[in-house]
Amino acid sequence: MHTHPTKLSRLFDSVNHLFLGLVGLAMFLPFVYVVLTSFSTQSTVWPTEFTLDTYKYIFSTATFVKSIGVSVYITLIGTTLSLLTTALMAYSLSYKVLPGRSGIMLMVLFTMLFQGGLIPSYFVVKNLHMLDSTWSLMIPGLVSAFYLIVLRDFFTSVPHELIESAKIDGAHELTVLLRIVLPLSLPALAAFGLFYAVGIWNQYFNAIMYINSPEKWPVQVILRQIVLLASGGLGDSGNSGESVAYYGQGVKMAVIVVSTLPIMIVYPFLQKHFAKGALLGSVKG
Amino acid sequence: MSTMNVSVTKTNVKTATSRGSRFRGLWKYRWLYAFMLPGLLYFILFRYVPLWGLIMAFKNYQPHLGLMGSEWVGFKHFERFFGMPEFWQLFRNTMLLGLYSTVIYFPITIIMALLLNEIRNEMYKRFVQTLVYVPHFLSWVVIAGISYVLLTTEGGLINEAIKGMTGGAAVEFLTSTEWFRPLIILQLIWKDAGWGTIIFLAALAGVNTQLYEAARMDGASRIRQLWHVTLPSIRSVIVILFILRLGSFLDLGFEQIFLMLNAINREVGEVFDTYVYRVGLQQGQFSYSTAVGLFKSVVGFILVILANKLAKLFGEEGIY
Repeated sequence: MHTHPTKLSRLFDSVNHLFLGLVGLAMFLPFVYVVLTSFSTQSTVWPTEFTLDTYKYIFSTATFVKSIGVSVYITLIGTTLSLLTTALMAYSLSYKVLPGRSGIMLMVLFTMLFQGGLIPSYFVVKNLHMLDSTWSLMIPGLVSAFYLIVLRDFFTSVPHELIESAKIDGAHELTVLLRIVLPLSLPALAAFGLFYAVGIWNQYFNAIMYINSPEKWPVQVILRQIVLLASGGLGDSGNSGESVAYYGQGVKMAVIVVSTLPIMIVYPFLQKHFAKGALLGSVKG
Repeated sequence: MSTMNVSVTKTNVKTATSRGSRFRGLWKYRWLYAFMLPGLLYFILFRYVPLWGLIMAFKNYQPHLGLMGSEWVGFKHFERFFGMPEFWQLFRNTMLLGLYSTVIYFPITIIMALLLNEIRNEMYKRFVQTLVYVPHFLSWVVIAGISYVLLTTEGGLINEAIKGMTGGAAVEFLTSTEWFRPLIILQLIWKDAGWGTIIFLAALAGVNTQLYEAARMDGASRIRQLWHVTLPSIRSVIVILFILRLGSFLDLGFEQIFLMLNAINREVGEVFDTYVYRVGLQQGQFSYSTAVGLFKSVVGFILVILANKLAKLFGEEGIY
């Protein structure tokens, strides 16, 4: 690339490497600090002696353990439902000859530009009797219009001669989908599954809006209570009448670590896929 | 009489056959429609029924009367909202946060992508990317939580450092009106600036290397290459992302802002969305808050249309 790197050019490269390295570290170090402090005995500013007490404490707290259970449950079921619904719809919409296809696409696209908003959506959930049910954490965000469109573009790129020849051989539509299209699309499906899973695991606002019973709260809501609400009445937008105990810094850090751990575990897989996903999306805008 | 009857039956037969063939066309694809059904149902129920629910904004909705039974009041709620002192406060808060994120956060993603693109060592590039993408996948609760434990006046790392170094008092980052906007923008940069580079990097990877070679042959410096080759090649991506940004100008970081709001910073922090939640779901003024939400949606929609027109005016493709 550099045939005759000038002094200035080389200086720029060194500064650039150093600068981006520092930016990367600055973005990552807060997590390191949180992890270290969560294993620390006292609530001092700097981590001191190693201990597991904070983790023993939070795992002996029934509400916290329960909320992890709720989050795991909604993430597993929700991701399965979302991925299934999105993939089936995306597959059908990838047929260019399907009557009504462009109308449906237009309908989907419009939802990206104009939404009914908070209150009307709340009433839909309410009228479907999903309030205070874990369904309200999975169904209102079932299909992402954006993922649907990207996945449809992906299915369009599956060689249609394969599909046609299978059909000539008398294969059923369901067989084509299960035996040809889905196996060919496994990487894309895995990527979108991960994206859905991260989204469901991370959501908290739907739970605040729709769920009243504390035993149905996902971990993000509990995390918010322990870290933000339990600290001198900050974040006044919480549910009224919650009694919140005082928690030390170490316990707060441990809760942050545990609720982040699943994301960190899937992160390497995400990283493998997301560049592709984002790329695919950017092609069509 | 009898001729008329005949002609009537004839037209009946005609429509029946054309209907029949169209039906056969649909029947041929019955499985595809069946596959689509759950998703279609979802879009109708959760994306289009709420649009119908928007008429609540023009009614005096009372739960016991139902949506249709409630009294029609026209633009009463809108008039009330525009007449309130809160309106200008919300408008200002929302606009300022949208503006800051557009003029600070958005260029930062472009600059970071350009700098990353200059790194030739693939290993090092991957390493930096791995670090800066991480925060994007964490929830806003975690981001807000970490901000909180770092910035609190009760033993937060940053405040302890400030006290230690200056010997002065702790800074009330979390409960002050001055720090609210900088804090929101910094959080946004922390969480999403790295992730925001991805699309630009993808576009930069697609730039024809022959263009650079030709530029170098002509003796162009790296700065000139950046200006004459790199930037023009990602111009349309920048424009498209800018349009999308304008479209979400008003619903900027609802989850984020909601977490950072408290009684002290509310006057600078309350935006349309948080106001709708507070007045609508917490105080039960359903029609009024729906009107506020509708106003926001309409303004957002107009912004997208305008931005798209503007892009086309400058010879770009736009998003539709």
